[in-house]
Amino acid sequence: MISALWVMIGISLVLGAVLGYSAIRFKVEGNPLVEKIDAVLPQTQCGQCGYPGCKPYAEAIAKGEADINLCPPGGEEGIHKLAELLGVEFKPFGEGKGPRAKAVAFIDENTCIGCTLCLQACPVDAIVGAAKQMHTIVASECTGCELCVEPCPVDCISMQAIPEDISTWKWPYPVFAIAPVRNNPQKAEAS
Amino acid sequence: MRTLYRFHGGIHPEEHKLESSEAPARRAPLPKKLILPLHQHIGNGAKVAVQVGDKVLKGQMLASAQGMISAAIHAPTSGSVTAIAQHPVPHPSGLDGLCIHLESDGEDRWIERAALDFRAMPKPELLDRLRDAGIVGLGGATFPTHVKYGLPSGQRIDTLVINGAECEPWITTDDRLMREHADGIVRGIEVLRHLSGAGEVLVGIEDNKPQAITAMRAACAGSDIEVVAVPTLYPSGGEKQLIRILTGKEVPSGGRPTNIGVACNNVATAYAIHRFVDHGEPMISRLVTVTGNVRTPMNVEVLIGTPLTEVVECAEALPGTTGYILGGPMMGLEVDDLHLPAVKSTNCIIAKSAQLFPPPPPAMPCIRCTRCAQVCPADLQPQELHWFSKAKNFGKTQEYHLFDCIECGACAYVCPSHIPLVQYFRFAKSEIWQREHEQQAAEIARERHEFRMFRQEREKQEKAERLAQKEKAAQAAKPAVATPLPVAAAANADPDDTLQMRVDADIARANMQLRIDAAAARAKEQAAAAQPKNIDALTPQQQAEIAEIEARRAKLREIASDAGADDEPPKQI
Ligand code: SF4
Ligand code: SF4
Ligand code: SF4
Ligand code: SF4
Repeated sequence: MISALWVMIGISLVLGAVLGYSAIRFKVEGNPLVEKIDAVLPQTQCGQCGYPGCKPYAEAIAKGEADINLCPPGGEEGIHKLAELLGVEFKPFGEGKGPRAKAVAFIDENTCIGCTLCLQACPVDAIVGAAKQMHTIVASECTGCELCVEPCPVDCISMQAIPEDISTWKWPYPVFAIAPVRNNPQKAEAS
Repeated sequence: MRTLYRFHGGIHPEEHKLESSEAPARRAPLPKKLILPLHQHIGNGAKVAVQVGDKVLKGQMLASAQGMISAAIHAPTSGSVTAIAQHPVPHPSGLDGLCIHLESDGEDRWIERAALDFRAMPKPELLDRLRDAGIVGLGGATFPTHVKYGLPSGQRIDTLVINGAECEPWITTDDRLMREHADGIVRGIEVLRHLSGAGEVLVGIEDNKPQAITAMRAACAGSDIEVVAVPTLYPSGGEKQLIRILTGKEVPSGGRPTNIGVACNNVATAYAIHRFVDHGEPMISRLVTVTGNVRTPMNVEVLIGTPLTEVVECAEALPGTTGYILGGPMMGLEVDDLHLPAVKSTNCIIAKSAQLFPPPPPAMPCIRCTRCAQVCPADLQPQELHWFSKAKNFGKTQEYHLFDCIECGACAYVCPSHIPLVQYFRFAKSEIWQREHEQQAAEIARERHEFRMFRQEREKQEKAERLAQKEKAAQAAKPAVATPLPVAAAANADPDDTLQMRVDADIARANMQLRIDAAAARAKEQAAAAQPKNIDALTPQQQAEIAEIEARRAKLREIASDAGADDEPPKQI
């Protein structure tokens, strides 16, 4: 009995020492949870969540300061992913806060006065231009965050929905009409 | 006799080949108007090389290959380009694609054609010629042929498999082609053999096509090409399945046949290569089987771009036609309306009627009978794939090797619950692709955003540095104008403010002048530095000059940093 106790105490001491040592030896730098949350966010950097970008929002979620349903570009899909990652309940978007259709910004090049204000607003450097030169948007890099629309003094930036074409088309989820079960007329007669 | 191997599963659907296989192939009448989609192959769409109003000759290139995986598009007849506009194309989405609209002039006048001496040509050039001739795989996937043989160095091909199995019910184009043009096919096989460097060439043909086998054997007599009759079993014409039957080798999951030293091409592709190499004709036509609910089922040689309505007219659709299938009943695409052009992948049009293709009974829940797993030629577990696709659990579908599914439809064919399994698999595949795409886009956005923040930080630093340096330069030049600048001695990271506040107007103006001069000098220097891109061919004299300037700059920088760090009064240069 006593010896069994000693053995158990011995084992727990050894394991405790190993754990304590590895906690120091293999200390993880930075906050891995923030990285994981950031990896799930869509990186649109639009600030619609109320934070100045995806990373700050990820930090706020990790600290428990922000809800998981604040990122419209991520869609419901994104909330599901966050809920799964954090082990919390799914939470729908607030009233009127849902995602909008995917779009890219478009600059009316005849109206642009080359003020560079939009250029400074774009979080992903998707606008090319220089002072007093016409600006234009590199559509393939634009994340559709709409941050450039507001600063434009001549209102020449508009958001254009991305139309569905063959390259972006997806096979739909199979849906089938449920056929009502009809009574077999012959059977009905017989009975 | 060669030992044949078996692939897992397989089914025996009703063949329906005899309807169309016995009549010789006919040529469809020349259409008035042709529609040529730019995207007829896997990879990037072709790039338009003509303008509206251009007169073009038969065989002239209308659109060139764009990017690594792409192929050119040619005018199937002579005429003029009337529009480059959207038009419905044969695609499951039913959406429009960009097409070149061509109006034929009825003369069918060829461009100059010349045969190629392919053996005398370096391989990369021959591959480029195939790309510019628009040669793509006609077995169904329309994968550009030149890409298949542009192997990374170190990969070798030992066996060339030529696919004449044609396992889909109803379709008989390859059968007819082999019966009528066996010699041409063999010529094309020689080109493919030359490209691949393969020692062994095997032609696999299902044993329900005895005439085709005879014709091909006769054409191959005297060469070491081996024509092998393989048992009729759907889908033996699948690339991986045919390779398995003929060589016993298994293409690894997610791999390509070239990974195991095998290349596979369709007989129709070989014939198209022959037309190009020996006659200089690019890929502008193909055989199409018109069958099903029609008066005279047959094979028709159709120019690419011919409206499908005109193709069906050759065989006369009978009343009671409820719709059409493009391709075979197992893997084809159902369409209601034929206002679509024939494209390079169009191999068959089946007119549907209620007797031939009764509507499928309603789908019922899966009873987990595993019949689907027994017939799956890719050895998958379709019932699990179905379960996880239905639940949108895409991670699990990938664990169950969803991407090894060849969408052959064998599982759905045997399913007693009539579940349209393939539709679920396609749905899951396209969802996964889209997600991967979005993930990549997010990754790029993240990188760009991080780079922007880094750039802003760097710019801020550079600006501060520049200001400090400018200040130093002004200090250094000061004695020349002999204007005392008492405050500037206390140069720090933010000299503007101090100057503005403490120095009287005269000094400020003088200082400003100095700065403008310095800026002009710097601009000149920059312009001089920006001009020559050819710094690799310098004379010793120039090099000495550069070294001198560099030394001067280094000194300046040193002074600036010294002053910035210690707040020392500036030294003279
Ligand atoms: S709302 Fe915008 S900034 Fe906030 S996490 Fe979503 S994409 Fe990023
Ligand atoms: S271009 Fe405008 S909408 Fe697009 S990413 Fe930049 S700021 Fe956002
Ligand atoms: S054959 Fe149909 S019912 Fe049977 S296990 Fe497969 S999916 Fe389920
Ligand atoms: S469609 Fe896919 S899962 Fe079904 S039998 Fe064919 S390869 Fe297997």
